[in-house]
Amino acid sequence: MGVVFGHLSDYASGFWYTVALTLASFLVSLLVGIVIATMRISPAAPARAAGLFYVETVRNTPLLVLLFLFFFGLTKVGLAYSIFVSGVIVIGAYHGAFVAEALRSGVGAVSKGQAEAARSIGLTFSQSLRYVVLPQAFRTVVPPIGNIFIALTKNTSLITVIAGVDLTSAADRLNTTYAQAIPIFFGAAVAYLILTIPSGLAFGWIERKVAIAR
Amino acid sequence: MSQQPSVLYDELGPRGQRRVVIGSVLAGVLIIGVVALGIVRLAAKGQFQTTRWEVFTQPAVVRFLANGLLATVRVALTAGLLSLVFGLALALARLSVRRAARYATGAWIEFFRGVPLLLLILFIAHGLPQYGMKLSAYWFLVLGLTIYNSAVLAEIFRAGILSLDRGQREAAYAIGLTYAQSMRLVIVPQAVRRMVPTLVSQLVTLLKDSSLGFVIPFEELLRRGRGLGEFYPQSILQAYVVVAAIYIAVNFSLGRVAVWLEGRQARRYGGRVHLPGGPEDLAMIEVRSAALVPSD
Repeated sequence: MGVVFGHLSDYASGFWYTVALTLASFLVSLLVGIVIATMRISPAAPARAAGLFYVETVRNTPLLVLLFLFFFGLTKVGLAYSIFVSGVIVIGAYHGAFVAEALRSGVGAVSKGQAEAARSIGLTFSQSLRYVVLPQAFRTVVPPIGNIFIALTKNTSLITVIAGVDLTSAADRLNTTYAQAIPIFFGAAVAYLILTIPSGLAFGWIERKVAIAR
Repeated sequence: MSQQPSVLYDELGPRGQRRVVIGSVLAGVLIIGVVALGIVRLAAKGQFQTTRWEVFTQPAVVRFLANGLLATVRVALTAGLLSLVFGLALALARLSVRRAARYATGAWIEFFRGVPLLLLILFIAHGLPQYGMKLSAYWFLVLGLTIYNSAVLAEIFRAGILSLDRGQREAAYAIGLTYAQSMRLVIVPQAVRRMVPTLVSQLVTLLKDSSLGFVIPFEELLRRGRGLGEFYPQSILQAYVVVAAIYIAVNFSLGRVAVWLEGRQARRYGGRVHLPGGPEDLAMIEVRSAALVPSD
């Protein structure tokens, strides 16, 4: 374990890179998810179709392929973003599709009578979503969103492949130099668990906080 | 979502329909504008020259990519089968009567579900040879995928087993079956059947995850796409587009199969285990119930 404690600063810089990437991408994925989910339940058929197309395309492509496409595609059109920004955009857009599906199923889980009641007191589509359906839907989607957050945290490791300097790449570089794989990778694994376990607990806490008796 | 009318809005009247048309046209123009801008810039760099795409009609290139896809499918199926076996074993161990077995498998499962797959694969590919363990790239990838996925599947199986009515187990005990017999003859067959759609959609995740073989490097579809791009540098972007299209086609079809199975299941058995959020989500299924301990 000496090699781990001797290089805590390498781990720390990778750790904070992973944390920043996770939080920024999660924010993007929430925004994308809300937009796509709204499209998928909208009264306008073209919007529904476009939302469905986005979800099916993005969910069925490996994240690594999307990263490469974005990275190489944008340089071809003459735009170049930093590795970090590319990561935020691609990881956010990818998980946005999953967030959208979670939100949509959350809206589906709100009992039908709620929507009927909202409509029958004369609220419009957007009013009934805003005041009645969505506030309840958000509560039921806390656990799936939590799962997506944890999956996203783990998936940020793919930034290593396009030369990002996150936790995974820190471990891989240390291993290349010191060739002590077990302690080095175990150290990185523990660092990931330090991120994922508390966020699982935090989402569980939020879930209990916002739970409503049914 | 199929086209059942939603309670959230009425059938659109003439004014609403007009608004939808106007909105769609505006949004369409905006999207087409952005896409067109991209296309113009790509075209300015000559990305649409047929020579860049022609490569993919050469029989040798088609064969090269097809073999990549074959490797991807083979690795996913091998890892999938192994994960099924180990996943079931882990699930049963986690539901065991022995506390030590429960805690040990619980720790194993939580550890490997909580760690990025890429980290695991890098550890296996770059780390194990240091300890004298040398396998082919294929088996390195299978090993990584199996360790990760068997932990995920274990939780899926456990959810399936726990979702069965407890009367099933009680009935099995009542007719004199032992714990092992009741698991083998009564509980596991029903749980597995319930989980079939979930298992198929888990295969989509597995196919996508096999692209991480790229870093070993293992010659799967994505690696082959990259290889083509290096051999024909003018077609590198096109190679990734083609690879993405292949993944989408295969995974989309698998996803349809899962949906179809789920529908059939719901019709046949009524009960369905609904797991919201799509396959990615399954990586972190929460099973809240306590371990299944046979009451004596």
